[in-house]
Amino acid sequence: MTTPHPIATIAGVIVVALTIAGGLVWVERRLLALWQDRYGPNRVGPFGLLQVVADSIKLFFKEDWVPPFADKWLFIMAPAIVFAVVLLTFAVLPYAPGVVVTDLPVSLLFFLGMSSLGVYSVFLAGWSSDNKYALLGALRASAQMLSYEVFMGLSVMGTVLLAGSFNLTDIVNAQRHIWFVAPQFLGFVLFVIAGLGETRRLPFDLPEAESELVAGFHSEYSGMKFGMFFVGEYMGIVLISALITILFFGGWLGPVLPPLLWFFVKLFFFIGMFILARASLPRPRFDQLMSWGWKILLPLALGNLLVTGAVLQAWHPMR
Amino acid sequence: MLSVVRTMWDVFLHAFHKRVTIQYPEHKARLAPRYRGRIILSRDPDGGERCVACYLCAVACPVDCIALQATEDETGRRYPEFFRINFSRCIFCGYCEEACPTYAIQLIPEFEMSEYNRQNMVYEKEHLLISGPGKYPGYNFWRVSGVKIGGKDKGEAEREAPPVDVRSLLP
Repeated sequence: MTTPHPIATIAGVIVVALTIAGGLVWVERRLLALWQDRYGPNRVGPFGLLQVVADSIKLFFKEDWVPPFADKWLFIMAPAIVFAVVLLTFAVLPYAPGVVVTDLPVSLLFFLGMSSLGVYSVFLAGWSSDNKYALLGALRASAQMLSYEVFMGLSVMGTVLLAGSFNLTDIVNAQRHIWFVAPQFLGFVLFVIAGLGETRRLPFDLPEAESELVAGFHSEYSGMKFGMFFVGEYMGIVLISALITILFFGGWLGPVLPPLLWFFVKLFFFIGMFILARASLPRPRFDQLMSWGWKILLPLALGNLLVTGAVLQAWHPMR
Repeated sequence: MLSVVRTMWDVFLHAFHKRVTIQYPEHKARLAPRYRGRIILSRDPDGGERCVACYLCAVACPVDCIALQATEDETGRRYPEFFRINFSRCIFCGYCEEACPTYAIQLIPEFEMSEYNRQNMVYEKEHLLISGPGKYPGYNFWRVSGVKIGGKDKGEAEREAPPVDVRSLLP
């Protein structure tokens, strides 16, 4: 496979990522309906596909309101940060051999750094809104994202040890013989849980828990600013699903089908799993969430790293 | 942890269940015969209006959406001069039907009465009256009541004995 022109790759990644993120609104509603014995949106266009268009037209025509008591500039900045940070991470993902915008040698670290920056968007949104529900949601979101980031980073270190590289392309290439989900099953489970926490998706959507906090940190947002948070959340799902695919399921590797197609098959499988988790699992209490993160998942991630390192050292002492 | 996986699997299996949604405009839901939908005024089997304009429905109505004016025809039979239901107020509680002594006012299993213009929600007697007896075929209030109207004197109603002549009642 020849390497496409960088501009083509950049344009392709942005277009495809945004299209998937937008389309996910429809996919999620249809899948949730499927698992709740309903139909979901099926009236606008074929299979209700144009529902996304209808919703975004509606969002554009909503009043774009900045509360008079809000910190105006931070309020406007916050949705842009979440959007930019997630979109930047898509630049380092290898989709197929050669199809990557920038093949950083530490692309995994870049992803972890960017997802840490995502906390700023959430916190600034809640802080600048000057609304108690928004502030509580932002507090919860920051605490949750910071704690789940800690063992998210540790849970992927096992794959880094196995591949001997922080570069996502190298990690995929190291899985030619066996996908890392087999030797790193615990790491995979921990990463999925951490990913749910990072994207603030159900069952870990405590920062926006509707029944308690109105909409959490984006209570005061309307119109397209709210739309940015929304699309940012869906891009987060795509991002975490893509990383699960790359880190644990061999990225584009697979028989017969072209690499890019393999990547998208795996990607959509994990996106489906994200939505299935939302359809089936209840939300934990916030103290449960925090104590699981620090008392169970973090030690497990550390233990996983320790055992992986020890086993590798025993088999390949030269490393 | 395993229960989480099992929960997700059970939810996944719902993908193969039957849908509970009824695709409304194409498929209609089955409405029970006693469904409380649109209000109608029925006629007795002879084709006359059942309503005797007693105002009980208007009194029973919790939202005061029924307005009528009683009058009498030349034979002494009461009927409403006008009968008006404002369906933009009606809450379809069915109290009017319960209050009605002559089975005239009835709620039927039909609910498709949306309008773009609020004025069109006000139904007059000609919109409310139907040509049949509704849910109570064979019932005719004037034939069983002891009231005297044109063509039916005292004691001529069904299951009614002739009136007693009190002056001839000797010991």
